[in-house]
Amino acid sequence: MGLMDLLKKGLKKTREGFFERIASALKGSKLDEATLEEVEELLILADVGAETAHEIVEMIKERYREAQDDPLEIAKKVLTEILEGDATISSPEKPPLVISVVGVNGTGKTTTIAKLGYLFKSQGKDVVFAAADTFRAAAIEQIKTWGERIGATVISQHMGADAGAVAYDAVSHAVSKGKDVVIIDTAGRLHTKHNLMEELKKVHRVVSKILPGAPHEVLLVIDATTGQNGLVQATKFKEAVEVTGIVVTKLDGTAKGGVVIPIRHKLGIPIKFIGFGEGMEDLKPFSARDFVEALFD
Amino acid sequence: MFEALQERFGKVIKNLTGKGRLTEKNIADAVRQVKLSLLEADVNYKVVKDFIERVKSRVLGEEVLKSFTPEQQFIAAIRDELIGLLGGEQRRLNLVHRPSYIMLVGLQGSGKTTTAAKLAKKLKKEGLRPLLVAADVYRPAAIDQLEQLGKVIEVPVVTGDRKNPEKIVKEAQEIAVNRNHEVVILDTAGRLHIDDEMMEELSRVKELVRPDEILMVVDAMAGQDAVNSAKVFDERLDLTGFIVTKMDGDARGGVILSIHYVTGKPIKFVGVGEKIDDLEPFYPDRVASRILGMGDVLSLIDKLEASMDAEKMKEMESKLKRLEFDLNDFREQLIQLKKMGSLAEVMSMIPGAPSVDAVKGEENMKKALAILDSMTPQERRNPRIINHSRKLRIAKGSGTTVNDVNRLLKNYEEFQKMMKQFKSNRRLLRKFGLNI
Repeated sequence: MGLMDLLKKGLKKTREGFFERIASALKGSKLDEATLEEVEELLILADVGAETAHEIVEMIKERYREAQDDPLEIAKKVLTEILEGDATISSPEKPPLVISVVGVNGTGKTTTIAKLGYLFKSQGKDVVFAAADTFRAAAIEQIKTWGERIGATVISQHMGADAGAVAYDAVSHAVSKGKDVVIIDTAGRLHTKHNLMEELKKVHRVVSKILPGAPHEVLLVIDATTGQNGLVQATKFKEAVEVTGIVVTKLDGTAKGGVVIPIRHKLGIPIKFIGFGEGMEDLKPFSARDFVEALFD
Repeated sequence: MFEALQERFGKVIKNLTGKGRLTEKNIADAVRQVKLSLLEADVNYKVVKDFIERVKSRVLGEEVLKSFTPEQQFIAAIRDELIGLLGGEQRRLNLVHRPSYIMLVGLQGSGKTTTAAKLAKKLKKEGLRPLLVAADVYRPAAIDQLEQLGKVIEVPVVTGDRKNPEKIVKEAQEIAVNRNHEVVILDTAGRLHIDDEMMEELSRVKELVRPDEILMVVDAMAGQDAVNSAKVFDERLDLTGFIVTKMDGDARGGVILSIHYVTGKPIKFVGVGEKIDDLEPFYPDRVASRILGMGDVLSLIDKLEASMDAEKMKEMESKLKRLEFDLNDFREQLIQLKKMGSLAEVMSMIPGAPSVDAVKGEENMKKALAILDSMTPQERRNPRIINHSRKLRIAKGSGTTVNDVNRLLKNYEEFQKMMKQFKSNRRLLRKFGLNI
């Protein structure tokens, strides 16, 4: 199955009903106030947020005034332009590449790490998982199970251990054994908990001490079912740890994940991956064009 | 909690002050603002539309009382309608059978396993003997997670063969009857509402145990789609209610303001923190007041009662009466206050309290405690003996400066003065609920 098919499959539920309605509202029609209002309403229902939805509608209006193209095409263009960004994963001059995966509780960090690990494994890379979620009961067992399944080394300590120490161990293991990728599983933390955000900073500080420039990627996992709170999460995590990219998970439900649009639009953080299923291969690099095309198709 | 809504509603209300009468025209802007604030708070679009219509027809219709100012009218209407959205009355668990089954269901990552443990702890505190059942066989280590939580709260966990949810549940049924457990809490795997096969599995488990309560666990940070999944879960399983989790993640209120309205099922509990005790009953009226910035004194009192030692409270009160409140007592107070949760949370329940810099406030509290801990009991009993060399020692011991120590002592002095004044004005004290 090609990438587009996978995307379409995963986004099928998203497309049905929602963007289909936008599409039919826009397709070939004249752009009148009623249509625009409907578009705005649909964007809000997709969790784009009232403010950004309004801005997008204004942009569509503006473009339409300039050139009376097909309104649907204009809308696609506007959304693609907003969402476009560098989705590549940076590669350091010398391995290991260190990726820290962060986010609030329950967004699917550990599953995403397993999928990321699988992706790197399939590229022939040696992968190390750092079980740095030492807070949640059985989080270590969870990452260990995944490590076994996909053949990644898991570096762990006991529950309640210092997360920074675990990350440190994992990175030094990777450096000395010449492994290619280290993925750090951090504990879920609400962005409102000052102490936990400080702890996360510390984990990164410790890692950068042993390997300057690491972590090279800090991926924030956003649950597609999240509302405008997602924008606050992104803001706070970015303030604390310089988030380099977003992973949107759970796009296989009926949620639209529209909150990534204001996240990209207002904070400038690129979306790097999308997750849309329980299977190991259900994680793909994000492409704005494919994403928007698949939505409207 | 609800800061965003609070702030925006505050502005709306301010703008209405001074208007002579509410008319379609002069409430137009307020209505639009309310609509936008609700939308930004993730309240479902259709719910917002209905809500706005209802508020509008109320303030413009006959229900308006002449003795109210326009902003009072507006607030009253919004408060009433908010309570309606939130479900009206507080609703408790309805456990009639013995053993009684509670099924927890929901999407992945909503917090079912943690909530199962929290609920078990709560029921245990109420004198019941709960049994936990780990029926999530899909997520790696989900069963281990519940097992570990069960150990912490000392509630047995049934794990069965760790493979087949129905088998595990059947085993739990036997254990529940044999060992006289009054209530059995089932943790099920997270699933998408559109996954037919997985939803079917839940129906079968439901058929098996005939639960008194089948509660959907919903993440407070969910967006517009929350109502869709809630609707499907309700249609397929006929839920008895909801537990909304992660309310401490600056939840905007969208989920709690939408799910009852859409399904007609009540919210029974809210999860407000990471500790196992952080599960609270849900009170629609209190929450409505809080959203409108009117504080929530009732919940504050509940919290006080739950975290304070009743004996100690009495002792403290009589000490206050006799003006014997020394630094030992002050230290005790600070320790109790810390137990109540974050300062910001406590402050948000006090009507009209200024919004505090929570982080700074906590730091100050920590500092004060460190200073008090570095004093000898004697010094705390009689702060007058604290001379300069003692101050130096205290500052060194607590990692603060002499200035910090001085500031604390000065605050204490002022507090004593205030108490003396209070004593001469008992009525004022009674107003604060202190019966002196």
